[in-house]
Order: sequence, then structure tokens, then C-alpha cells
Amino acid sequence: MNTALKRTPLYDAHVKAGARMVPFGGWEMPVQYSGIVEEHRAVRAGVGCFDVSHMGEFEVEGAQALAALQRLTTNDVGALEIGQVQYSLLCYPDGGVVDDLTVYRLATDRYMLTVNASNIDKDWRWVSEHGAGARWRNVSDATGLVAVQGPKAEALVGRLSDVDVTRIAYYRFATGRVAGVQTLISRTGYTGEDGFELYVAAADTPGLWSALLEAGRGEGAMPVGLGARDTLRLEMRYALYGNDIDETTNPLEAGLGWIVKAAKGDFVGRDAIEKVRASGPARKLVGVEMADRSVARHGYRVVAAGAASPIGIITSGSYGPSVERSIALAYVPSAQAAIGTDLGVEIRGQVKPARVVKTPFHPSRVKK
Amino acid sequence: MANIPSDLKYTREHEWAKREGDRVRVGITHFAQEQLGDVVFVELPKVGAKVTAHQAFGVVESVKAVSDLFAPVSGEVIETNAELPQKPETVNKDPYGKGWMIIVKPSNAGELEQLLTAQQYEEFVAQGGGGH
Repeated sequence: MNTALKRTPLYDAHVKAGARMVPFGGWEMPVQYSGIVEEHRAVRAGVGCFDVSHMGEFEVEGAQALAALQRLTTNDVGALEIGQVQYSLLCYPDGGVVDDLTVYRLATDRYMLTVNASNIDKDWRWVSEHGAGARWRNVSDATGLVAVQGPKAEALVGRLSDVDVTRIAYYRFATGRVAGVQTLISRTGYTGEDGFELYVAAADTPGLWSALLEAGRGEGAMPVGLGARDTLRLEMRYALYGNDIDETTNPLEAGLGWIVKAAKGDFVGRDAIEKVRASGPARKLVGVEMADRSVARHGYRVVAAGAASPIGIITSGSYGPSVERSIALAYVPSAQAAIGTDLGVEIRGQVKPARVVKTPFHPSRVKK
Repeated sequence: MANIPSDLKYTREHEWAKREGDRVRVGITHFAQEQLGDVVFVELPKVGAKVTAHQAFGVVESVKAVSDLFAPVSGEVIETNAELPQKPETVNKDPYGKGWMIIVKPSNAGELEQLLTAQQYEEFVAQGGGGH
């Protein structure tokens, strides 16, 4: 196993900006610049720029591309129009999750998949093995990715772009120039705010990055690290692979049944998932709010109110800067998953009161 | 650059201690709060609790991490900062002032003298500081 940390094309820019760099999924990434809470609030109130170039991109083309994707992914790629994006999953035959991803339809017989950074090698082996018949290309290293998120993202990207970005609907994309750079402009994100994810050539990424921060200075645009990316997505209850979903979790218990389309025909994992659908999942991923401000972190045990034996487990948890409470996601038995159910979370040997709450924790403001 | 008041004593775990008559006020250093990032939760002992030098007396949590708080001196907790549970960010804003954590009545006066001086702590931090 190669243990050397990889760097994105923006590594030098992050160091120069004084970012705190940390290892993340095999990459050396900025966890914060000015501070997680400040960066989080900048995205909710204005606009922030994220380097997500560590994410992986695969292209697949040919007459067999659609059939290969229909077999590999859980969502219905047949329903995807050119210029449209779809959230989906790769699953194992037993229904466990290989990865979550987005699928872009670039042309009639050409698609792009965006996968999690820490899963690039595993996913590449998986699609190569199970996506036979189509032509695959791993373009991860050649591709830079910058997310521009927040209520002022449309104005910022629009000002630098030669296409009318106001016409790009949610989960749609267009191609054009942004700050003079050839860009795939995708109206997607991982924050719950309006915004874009900008795919560019690796070599063009530093130029685009500095142009965005420069042009957005008047609106308070700031670079945002992985720390705030995590708190922003957690407030929206967006799943994080490796925390909330992995090879041991079923899409239905994770609340991702809406991207599993059994009616489209056979796909890897379908039988196992449909078996769970018939009986109902034994456990569910729920939103949890702590009574005090102590943080329930990944791996902490969940107990029933007033009891000691564990019934579930925290998968993600943090202080939510917008909700101003300690929030978490947890797998609990379906019988204890109803909103309002009192629970306890074992924190440093002490049971702290918590409650199942409605999600998202913070209202989504994506452009629907 | 370093914000290390010369009138305080320091631990290698990045707490500060200040003699106030026969009591010792305790908090975490500027360096510690900077390393932690945004503090979101502080757990302190109750008044009357006994603390032991170099052993954990409480916990501070930032968005990303949990860290134990270590007592600079042994003794009895006679006051805690009642503001911190509601305003943990005070630790970031004013670590040597309003962000103080506990006041201890020491049981062994000699322990305070064994702590690092400001100059020694500054050198310790400059050499990497061992993390919090």
C-alpha cells in the first residue's frame, strides 16, 4: 500500500493561504483556513470555495456504457438526459455500499462518474471488473474540482462565466468558460446551499481558484476547508462514505431508498436490497440532537433512554454552527427511530441524553 | 508572535496557572486554543472536587477533536467558570482572561514552582510543543 499522501493542484495555494493541512483519505488536504465555524457561516450567509480536486472522476463511453451503468449503479441511468446529473450508489451483491457517487450524462453514449477520493482505487477496480463492454477512463488525476457554494455563488460564478448560469437547474450542468477556463459547470453541492461544482483540467485549477477568490472578495468569498464541508453536510444529513455508509450498511437503512430503482431491471445488489425492502430495515439512520453541547462522535454507543445496554451507534457527529447545537447521525433499531424518541449517547463512560429529531437539521436552500 | 504572558506558569499539556493569593486560577494557553480550533464544549469538575497535578480534570471539545484538561497543581476546586458551558467560544476569544476554567486551592504549594516559566513554555512550543 502506498502511504505517501497525494496533493491536489491547489496544495501550494492552501499552504500560502495559511491552511492547516491534514491527511484525509490518502490526501493532504486543508481542514481549515480561518476557522471551521467562520467558514461554515460564510457559506450559509455568502459564498465559500472548496478544493475538492481529490474526488475521483471516471469517464465511460460506447454503445455499452448505458447497460454497464445500469448494472453497476442503483439509480435509473436510463432516465438521465444529456446535461443532467444523478446521485447514485455502487453496491455489492449483498447490498453493502461500494461507494456513493454522481453520474453525469455528457453525451448520448458518454457519462462521467464522480466518486469519493478515498475510494478511487477500489471503485476503479470495481467498475473495470463489473462494467465490461464499455470503454472506461480514470481521469481523476487530470481533473480539478472546485465547489462554489452559498447564496452568493450564482452571482459570483455568473460574473466570471460566458454562459448564463442562472439557466442551469439543480442537478443539471453546462459547459463553458469560467475565468477563461474551460469548465463543466454543475449545479450540485454538498452543503445544502445553492451553488456549483466546477470541473476543470488539473493545470487550470489554480487559475480558476484565485480568480474566484479575487472576484468574490467584495462578497466575502473565502476558502473553506474539509472541517466546514463536514459540518455543512452534516446539518443537511447528507451521508459521508466511511462514516454513515460503507460496505456493511444497506441503502435502505441509510435512508437512500430513493436512489434505488428496482423497477429499472437487474443491477448488482438488487436482490439483497429488495429483500430488505420487503421486510423493512432492522435499523435506520436517524438524526440525533444532544441535550447539552457535548459532541457525539463517530463510533460512540447509543443506548435506550434509561437503559445501559447499547442499541446503536453514532456514525457522524459535531457541533452544528448554523443550528447551534450538538447534532449527530446514528443507526438505531427501527422501533426506536421515530422522531421524538429519547435516547442516550455514551460519552467518556457517561450516558448523555439525546433525542431523535427531524432532518435535515437546517433547512435546505438548494435551487429546486 | 507567541502570546505567552510572563506572569503565568505553564504545563507541557498547554494549561496555564496563575497564583492569586492562596488560590491558583487555571486555563488553557493561546497556543492550545489555536491548535484546537473552535471550542464548542467544555466539561469542568464540580466545586469541591479534588484534582491531581498532571491528571485530567475536565474535557474541552472543538469541532474536530476532544482533549483532556490537565491540572497544573493538586488541590480542591473552589470555583469554576460558570460562563463556559453556555459560551465555550470564550476559550478561543480570551484564553487568559474570560476563558479561564477553574480555581484551585492547592494542597501542595511546591507544585506551582515546578511548572514551566513563560520562557521555558515558549521554548517548548517552539520545539513542536508535543501537541495538546
